[in-house]
Amino acid sequence: MRFLVCVATAISLSAVAASADPIEDRQALMKERGAVMRILGPIAQGREPFEADKVLEALEELNANAQATTDVDALWPEGSDSGGDNDSAPAVWEDREGFVAATNKYAADAAAAAEAAPQDLEAFRAVFGPVASNCGSCHEAYRL
Amino acid sequence: MTSRSSYLLLAGAALVAAAAGALWFASAPQRLDAALVEDMPTGDAARGEMVFWAAGCASCHAESGATGDDRLVLAGGTRFETPFGTFVAPNISQHSDDGIGAWSAEDLANAMMRGVSPEGRHYYPAFPYASYARMQVEDVADLYAFMQSLPAVEGIAAPGDVGFPFNVRRGIGLWKRLFLDDQPAVALDDASQQVLRGQYLVEAMGHCGECHTPRNALGALDASQWLAGAAPLEVEGRPVPNISPGEDGIGGWSEDEIVALLESGFTPEFDSVGGTMAAVVRNLAELPADDREAIAAYLKAIPAHPNGY
Repeated sequence: MRFLVCVATAISLSAVAASADPIEDRQALMKERGAVMRILGPIAQGREPFEADKVLEALEELNANAQATTDVDALWPEGSDSGGDNDSAPAVWEDREGFVAATNKYAADAAAAAEAAPQDLEAFRAVFGPVASNCGSCHEAYRL
Repeated sequence: MTSRSSYLLLAGAALVAAAAGALWFASAPQRLDAALVEDMPTGDAARGEMVFWAAGCASCHAESGATGDDRLVLAGGTRFETPFGTFVAPNISQHSDDGIGAWSAEDLANAMMRGVSPEGRHYYPAFPYASYARMQVEDVADLYAFMQSLPAVEGIAAPGDVGFPFNVRRGIGLWKRLFLDDQPAVALDDASQQVLRGQYLVEAMGHCGECHTPRNALGALDASQWLAGAAPLEVEGRPVPNISPGEDGIGGWSEDEIVALLESGFTPEFDSVGGTMAAVVRNLAELPADDREAIAAYLKAIPAHPNGY
């Protein structure tokens, strides 16, 4: 019985994963990323005060979100380049290698920033700058 | 054939010839006033570098996505797929055969401000001379001095493909007669020096209107919807945002927030601009902070419009 429940759970879970809309999934991840950026961005720009605990918490969230986005094949499968509310550029599929590299670089920069656990604004800016620079370069090449 | 009908035929032919002559004359490439370019001063390369970034030369003429010093490699070759056809950014490096290394400062001024090549041909207005027409000749002189310090790069890109009737270059002469002038796009009463500087950066050098302002059927900017946002120029693009200061535009943004976008690419919502705007931000980030503030002040001072797309 227990085995059956496990199997049933596994099947329903995978069914959920398979039926989920990758366009919605990746946009949800981007929106979550935006929400964290709205905490970190104003601090980096000096418009909000630097608080080490708050910054570390946000950096860890940003990192978790970045790692969750590295499964490029699940989030940008073949055929998800149109329809829905797609804003991903054809280059995501035409330049797969470059896109995977960009995604991994962002994840590595986000991990390094969280790992650094900056204790003051200067240290925070030093690790956050490289993370934030990924946004523009990736949107330039891979977002419509 | 009666003598009367042959007379009519002759008169008709004369009229057609006169009309063709007038068209030929009207469509001829017009250079800048000789007096204006004769007095062109020797430029200052350091100032010219700022003109280079403000005018966004690298956005089209360097490799797409180029950063850092790669933006100074102006080999061209980027292709723009538009409803008028495919335009290709030419090599404007200092190569004397493949680029513009053999040009004089006057040649550069005539190209940028009148859309006329040194050989006397019309350029397509995909090259934003309709905006650069508002530039000061002194700034072109400075730009010329700076560009002479840039590398010569070999190579001429494969030509574009523009269909009839747009491939008739003389037609561009008529287009210029209708749409090319050096007057400001918007009238600003009692504008501060800062706003006027912003106007020059936006309307002349930055050529922001080329993407952010809707065009009429002949491809000229519609000044009555200045910076109201526009359908994309490129076939696969997205609508270009309204940056006039209304509800549809960026009326809710503070000047500081506009400045932050111009420097970092982040919107007040901390989305990050992409597409062709990413290169624009990289260019504008090179300018003195005063210039980004002037752009923001100007964008707050112009009339608000509903979305132009």
